[in-house]
Amino acid sequence: MPRRTDISSILVIGSGPIVIGQACEFDYSGTQACRVLREEGFRVVLVNSNPATIMTDPEFADATYIEPITPEFVERVIAKERPDAILATLGGQTALNAAVALHDNGVLERYGVEMIGANFEAIHKGEDRERFKEIVAGLDVPGARPESARSVICHTLDEIMDAVGDLGYPIVLRPSFTMGGVGSGIAYDEAELREMAQIGLAASPVTEVLVEESIIGWKEYELEVMRDRADNVVIVCSIENVDPMGVHTGDSITVAPAMTLTDREYQQMRDVGIAIIREVGVDTGGCNIQFAIEPETGRMIVIEMNPRVSRSSALASKATGFPIAKIAAKVAVGYTLDEIPNDITRETPASFEPTLDYVVVKVPRFTFEKFPTADDTLTTHMKSVGEAMAIGRTFPEALGKALRSLEDPRAPFDFTSELRHSREEYLRQASRPHDRRLNKVMDAIRAGASVADVHEATGIDPWFCDQLVQIFQAARALQESYNMDPVLLRRAKRMGLSDAQIGTLRNTSDEVVRGVRWALGVNPVFKTVDTCAAEFAAATPYHYSTYDEEDEVARREKPAVLILGSGPNRIGQGIEFDYSCVHAAMTLREAGYETVMVNCNPETVSTDYDTSDRLYFEPLTLEDVLEVYHAEFDHGPIAGVIVQLGGQTPLKLAAALKANGVPIVGTSPEAIDLAEERGAFGDVLAAAELPAPKYGMAQSAEQAIEIANGIGYPVLVRPSYVLGGRGMEIVYDDEALTGYINRATFITPQQPVLVDRFLDDAIEIDVDALFDGTELYLGGVMEHIEEAGIHSGDSACSLPPITLGKEVIDRIRVSTEAIARGIGVLGLINIQYALQGDVLYVLEANPRASRTVPFVSKATDTQLAKAAARIMLGQSIAALRGDGMLRRHGDGTTSLDSAPVAVKEAVMPWNRFRTPEGVSVDSLLGPEMKSTGEVMGLDSLFGTAFAKSQTGSYGGLPTTGTAFVSVANRDKRHAIFPVKRLADLGFRIAATAGTAQVLRRHGIDVTVYRKEHQGPGADGTKTVVQGILDGEIDIVFNTPQGSSAEGSPRRDGWSIRSAAIYMDIPCITTVQGLSAAVQGIEAAKNGEVTVRSLQEWAADVRAELAE
Amino acid sequence: MNSPQPVPALLVLEDGRTFRGESFGAPGEAFGEAVFATGMTGYEETLTDPSYRRQVVIATAPQIGNTGWNDEDDESRRIWVAGFVVREASRISSNWRAKRDLGDELKAQGVVGVTGVDTRALTRHLRERGAMRVGLSTVETDPDKLRERVLQQPAMAGANLVDEVTVAEPVVVPAQGEKRFTVAAIDLGIKEMTPELLSRRGIEVHVLPAGSTIDDITALGPDGVFFSNGPGDPATADDAVALLTDVLDADLPYFGICFGNQIFGRTLGFGTFKLKYGHRGINQPVMDLATRRVEITAHNHGFAVDAPLGETTTTRWGDVRVSHVCLNDDVVEGLELTRDGAVAGFSVQYHPEAAAGPHDSAYLFDRFCAVMTAHQDGHSAGKDA
Repeated sequence: MPRRTDISSILVIGSGPIVIGQACEFDYSGTQACRVLREEGFRVVLVNSNPATIMTDPEFADATYIEPITPEFVERVIAKERPDAILATLGGQTALNAAVALHDNGVLERYGVEMIGANFEAIHKGEDRERFKEIVAGLDVPGARPESARSVICHTLDEIMDAVGDLGYPIVLRPSFTMGGVGSGIAYDEAELREMAQIGLAASPVTEVLVEESIIGWKEYELEVMRDRADNVVIVCSIENVDPMGVHTGDSITVAPAMTLTDREYQQMRDVGIAIIREVGVDTGGCNIQFAIEPETGRMIVIEMNPRVSRSSALASKATGFPIAKIAAKVAVGYTLDEIPNDITRETPASFEPTLDYVVVKVPRFTFEKFPTADDTLTTHMKSVGEAMAIGRTFPEALGKALRSLEDPRAPFDFTSELRHSREEYLRQASRPHDRRLNKVMDAIRAGASVADVHEATGIDPWFCDQLVQIFQAARALQESYNMDPVLLRRAKRMGLSDAQIGTLRNTSDEVVRGVRWALGVNPVFKTVDTCAAEFAAATPYHYSTYDEEDEVARREKPAVLILGSGPNRIGQGIEFDYSCVHAAMTLREAGYETVMVNCNPETVSTDYDTSDRLYFEPLTLEDVLEVYHAEFDHGPIAGVIVQLGGQTPLKLAAALKANGVPIVGTSPEAIDLAEERGAFGDVLAAAELPAPKYGMAQSAEQAIEIANGIGYPVLVRPSYVLGGRGMEIVYDDEALTGYINRATFITPQQPVLVDRFLDDAIEIDVDALFDGTELYLGGVMEHIEEAGIHSGDSACSLPPITLGKEVIDRIRVSTEAIARGIGVLGLINIQYALQGDVLYVLEANPRASRTVPFVSKATDTQLAKAAARIMLGQSIAALRGDGMLRRHGDGTTSLDSAPVAVKEAVMPWNRFRTPEGVSVDSLLGPEMKSTGEVMGLDSLFGTAFAKSQTGSYGGLPTTGTAFVSVANRDKRHAIFPVKRLADLGFRIAATAGTAQVLRRHGIDVTVYRKEHQGPGADGTKTVVQGILDGEIDIVFNTPQGSSAEGSPRRDGWSIRSAAIYMDIPCITTVQGLSAAVQGIEAAKNGEVTVRSLQEWAADVRAELAE
Repeated sequence: MNSPQPVPALLVLEDGRTFRGESFGAPGEAFGEAVFATGMTGYEETLTDPSYRRQVVIATAPQIGNTGWNDEDDESRRIWVAGFVVREASRISSNWRAKRDLGDELKAQGVVGVTGVDTRALTRHLRERGAMRVGLSTVETDPDKLRERVLQQPAMAGANLVDEVTVAEPVVVPAQGEKRFTVAAIDLGIKEMTPELLSRRGIEVHVLPAGSTIDDITALGPDGVFFSNGPGDPATADDAVALLTDVLDADLPYFGICFGNQIFGRTLGFGTFKLKYGHRGINQPVMDLATRRVEITAHNHGFAVDAPLGETTTTRWGDVRVSHVCLNDDVVEGLELTRDGAVAGFSVQYHPEAAAGPHDSAYLFDRFCAVMTAHQDGHSAGKDA
């Protein structure tokens, strides 16, 4: 069946900001979908609030709306664009929920918009747990008895307590219609159950929780299923979880293909999967079905299905080379699978099932270090923020590569450090699922645990346990051999050990190991992911390294540029860097280079096999990158290696790569060091006569106090060389400083602590600029809404800067050029300034692509990352202006009447983390970055743009109701005006006694709540927290009282903010944020908010520039 | 749990390409045609499939043996492959049905197994150069000497192996549930799942030796006749062609699988030819040209029927057309004979009995029942008239 001709325009919904459980995999799928639909000649209309995505690049859709993904905003887009169809199965749960809401409120029917991919009925059948169970029970599959776990749907706590009487403990709770398992978990006793039941009921938009018999410890599998409208169905991939049931699949180590099923069991699972997709009625496209198998009997239970493309679909696509989202988009518009060619073989159709001749391992990336009070036990509620995937010919090889891809020095196995505990103790530690579990398993094996011991303690399948034992045996054999025996060395490499691990085992450095290895000829070869286990030749060079015999890298004529990606997503380094790498690949391919991508993140666009000319799915470590470089070096000319677009990951390899003879293009490794090293950077600033906040370097508490007193409090303290402000704090006195130093165990004379003067009450400014050695192009100047001291990644900001005059911007331009020239930048530079009074301080400079590059690029209609890549390979800014890649005159700060105000807002993961006692982790912003993603609000006025950014990030600001205000003394003066304005806008104001007193003096009518530590009043006055929990408050404004010596913010503030998170109401923690919010509320009250596409904005801007 | 000292093993192809690995089956030497199989599951079924007689199977899936050996999934009474080559053999079994390790079973049945081979390189070699003879040895260390012995082996083209695999005496598989039909199934190397799936549909299956005559068949009063899969070159199977000619002359409904498809093709006047490296996997897309539906199918064939796509050929038994085609390479995957608008016989080149493989094509067994029913009705209608 060919493409449908009865529809011509399609609305695609993206997934919004990156949050835990919904990351850049939906940019990957959405980008593929948009590309396919445009190629097929459809008019594509896109809504996505996330500017850091490739899919929101203006060339991927005909009309790109960076607007909040709420039913109201999507309706406005529909009313304006009148699409024929809506495709919501590629934008995660966010898109699916938006589409369901638009169906429920009649908008789709009113405007005649058809849901393609999965219709409303199918979505409900798949997502409504009770209906899904009925479907499973009613399936007719010869030879199989599909069943679901026994369960009861509950809407109240009482119903839940009744249900547990039948089902017993432990018991599983799953709230309906949530993503990434929000609010779900396993309760082992009544106390746990009561607490989790309340959270779960609150998390579900329909106050519904499924209470289910526990199948913890069972084997867990997933199938990725694809169907077309002629009812052809294929299984794209099977995935087996190493962690047994009980851990969210997003937090599990997973393997493709399934490793421990016989064909009979696999085919039975396949039959059930196919029967489910048919019965649920997903017309076209992909879905994901999860299964559990009882290890002793083989009893199979269907856990759930996602009637849409999922995180696992992205993994399956990368694992097999079968592009699920792309094919899903094609079948959604009418093609059948046999009509779609397999891109990789070119000769064969997509109506087949990929077969693998390698093993793929995915490992989750956690950031518990960012939330030290959070409980790191893994449950059915997803907590990881990213993942790395690795490919090897065997599970041990792929696992070793995956663990080192995480860039966490503690992740790869440690075979040498002293064992501090007994085998029994390690087994006990391994029995609790947590982020370090596999390392504990290895410790237990080192301490003598057998396969049976490990299986009994952890439930991990004995086959995987034995693979781990084999890894240990290979390491031990190499360690014990007299010299670095080539046979044992090869064996160890085949078991996935890195040069660094071998160095530790042999008591030498990884360089020495590498030298010996190369001298002995123990080198990896590169094989190809081809969907068919070599049955047919592959046209796409999608490679992975393995210690095997035959290499498959082809010769090439064109000069190659290697682009090093950014590795697994983590807080502080996410999709924004992938965006820059992808842009470099696109523009350098156009410029005639052969682009070679190296990355290990399966969620990204960069690891799509057709983003670059060649893809190496490899860890971003020195060893692995050098091997890729050598492989490419042996097969054709190399123009250079790009390290400045993928964030810190490639940047920190730059010097070592150069030392190994790898040509780095763009800013040199020496220049990178210059910017990172305080003393040298200070010299650059001094030479340019630019002020920086006073600072000092301390190696002890005494030294730190001395420096702090010299500079004057408050001071900002942090370890040197950090990403995302890790370990940073602002301290206000000697006591707090001593506390910080004492807690910061990572301080050594080699790794001193930086003590900076903290600029109170300053405006922080972020700049992204291009420099070609001669000319500076100021890409954009962003003014932070929160004051200096909040990490730039967590701060909202505005472009153009809302309060800065031309004179300040001119000074910024001059200063930026002086710094870029002084460092020796070739490409991008990001500088953070603070404007205090009339002094422009330089806070820091990063000679690389920053997190804000995509935001600036979209706000100014200029693709900075592409320009940077061209500059790195020798083009001048003047030439790029001539080509139209950069503005011919002026730059990103040129004042234009037609340009939008763009506001970026960070999205925080507070609701994901709880302390072991079950309370929320604190939601305070500070110098350490904690946000997972961002949204953009665009409008001609700041207030409206800000309001849109709030709506996009957490659902929006209230326009009526009660605002609770509690501010630190130092903020009271600044808070009065915006609070008064709120009162004038009709809000009721509530406060604690101290703040209330101040506000009343200004004629504001205030309701008083008691502080939490005071408890309820004798007259029945509630505490603030009680008021919030009772739904009396619609927005909280609370600034922190500074830190106590233990580094934990004062208890009252914490409980207020926790209650706000619990009730899902806005909680603003800075004065500047309050002012912006008031403007946003005012804008929202003052009339109709409109939507406008990037293309419309750009057309006006271009016309004005051409005048 | 330290592994015993590995025993080196040598693999030499007839063109001289050599791979080294380690022994994981029986010690000794083995020869056959080197073929690769791309299924990620189902090694137990593959090893016991008689169609692999005199073939050395290379598994493209790298880690093999993980689920051990369970005795339940065997497709015949023994392992038939001449040798088994893998990238990484599992040293333990993990499955609730497993009885012993794969390596132990290979040893017990005297089958040479080699692990540690770059099976992807070997597969690519066979894909580019075509299937060829191979030798495995755990005793020879000189590749040239082993190659001399490889070159002395007979080639697969021209090999008649049916007599080596067929049953000695008839075996009856009773119908499950109510008996609806009697079928004579000629064993050219039949897999156990085939009579199983037939019997589940109420068919009493008489599995007959390949040397049976038309009289042996008609003596059973069958409602239909089935020719199974099997090893070797269909061009040599003149006896089977002669038998099927008699069957069609006797107006008995026919169903054939794999070898049975090739015999059907030859009987209807088409030729057969050897594919460069064959189809061996469980992920192959086949289109039923009548319905345009795609099924994912299990394949194991090195030869194919040379029949025209999209044309009808007239024979003395009726009109023949190609009913199924492999979407990867347009190889004929099924034939259908119709007489007076009714299906008189049909066959497929692939394996609807699966084992190993997907169950998408199980409908063909129902189709056979439908053909037999229609045939009975037609006959009784004829008698009434």
